[in-house]
Amino acid sequence: MVQFTLPENSKVKKGIEHPVKDISEQPKKIIIYRWNPEDEQNPRLDSYEIDLKKCGPMVLDALMKIKNEIDSSLTFRRSCREGVCGSCAMNIDGVNTLACLKPIEEVNGEIRIYPLPHMPVVKDLVPDLSKAYDQLASIKPWLQRSEENKSSNKIDKEEKKQTPKDREKLDGQWECVLCFCCTTSCPSYWWNSDEYLGPAVLMQAARWVNDSRDAERKSRLKAVNDSMKLYRCHSIMNCTRSCPKGLNPAKAIADLKKAIVTEL
Amino acid sequence: MNSILSTDLFTYFSYLFLNTKLLFFLNFRKKNILRTNKVLNFFFKMQSKRPLSPHLSIHKYVLTAVFSIFHRFTGIALSLGAVLLALWTYLIAMGEDYFIIFQSFSSHLIFKIFLFLWTLAIFYHLFNGIRYLFWSYGKLMQLGVVYKSGYAVLFLSALTTILVWLSV
Repeated sequence: MVQFTLPENSKVKKGIEHPVKDISEQPKKIIIYRWNPEDEQNPRLDSYEIDLKKCGPMVLDALMKIKNEIDSSLTFRRSCREGVCGSCAMNIDGVNTLACLKPIEEVNGEIRIYPLPHMPVVKDLVPDLSKAYDQLASIKPWLQRSEENKSSNKIDKEEKKQTPKDREKLDGQWECVLCFCCTTSCPSYWWNSDEYLGPAVLMQAARWVNDSRDAERKSRLKAVNDSMKLYRCHSIMNCTRSCPKGLNPAKAIADLKKAIVTEL
Repeated sequence: MNSILSTDLFTYFSYLFLNTKLLFFLNFRKKNILRTNKVLNFFFKMQSKRPLSPHLSIHKYVLTAVFSIFHRFTGIALSLGAVLLALWTYLIAMGEDYFIIFQSFSSHLIFKIFLFLWTLAIFYHLFNGIRYLFWSYGKLMQLGVVYKSGYAVLFLSALTTILVWLSV
């Protein structure tokens, strides 16, 4: 159901401007989307000012500084602070990225931070990703060798080896940390998130389709061959643009479509 | 918003009624009815307490996305233009009296501007469509190449439009 405007309870209102305590050498204004379920009010935009001289280089450092020193009620997910866990995905300066990989220097003027677009918000910068995780589970993101596990033949139970060439096919796909930056930047996903799987999940589908050890290539392709699940991708390329790991989900989806045409 | 929540069962049934009416014009396939129900449920989930995070209003306009939406816009413009084109040729075929009506239209400056934009739309849609063909083969999909080919599409469509109008 395409709805270009936000519902009434999601309209963003003006928020609190936190006063600057002391004069800083290198001030930077940061505007953050805030919503607290206990307030029963609309989301608001709070602004903070920090001193870059006393702050780490990344946006995540700035967020931690704000949480530690100015406003402890600020809520966001973070864990590894080096782009491996995919927890701190958020919309910074209009583009979805990982806060831990985005240097403050790259943003001119004030930094605007929102949660991932078109997602239900749990609190502040924490979106509800359960729908996306359900979609990921629906493509069965694990190795399937169903027939051989049932047989009692000893050879079938041996380790399944992969040639370096076959392993190369997974490059650019296995690196995905499932931060859903790409999925939530996709306009197609915004309007069809109930059925369209989205770039992150489709790239995982491609990753298992391309795995030489997987025995269910055909059935995986069949499962994903659906006008809503796969073909809502119109190569808008927002996914590739926003991927903080520099991967190319759009190409993975195009290759999936190609494999469906040539092999099914 | 609150009114919807308070009478939420009533609205659910009215939406259901509305959608069954819509389904009458589509078809009664079980798949479609299930799909409508799923969409409805999703819609009501979205209406729940959790706000929807802002999307169109805050996301940066990525050039590749702009190219994509203009492919759609030009497609719509072309199909509307095709209907008008058919009308104009019809006027010519009707004979001299009607041809004068056609001429009074076509000599107008606004008409020429629209025709110019329409030729631009044709060539943009054509060249961008060729780009899509390459993408169907999974070729030329690296981000840098996508940007370059986008600029190439703009340049080529402008160039061919000007060439066509110079030769007229």
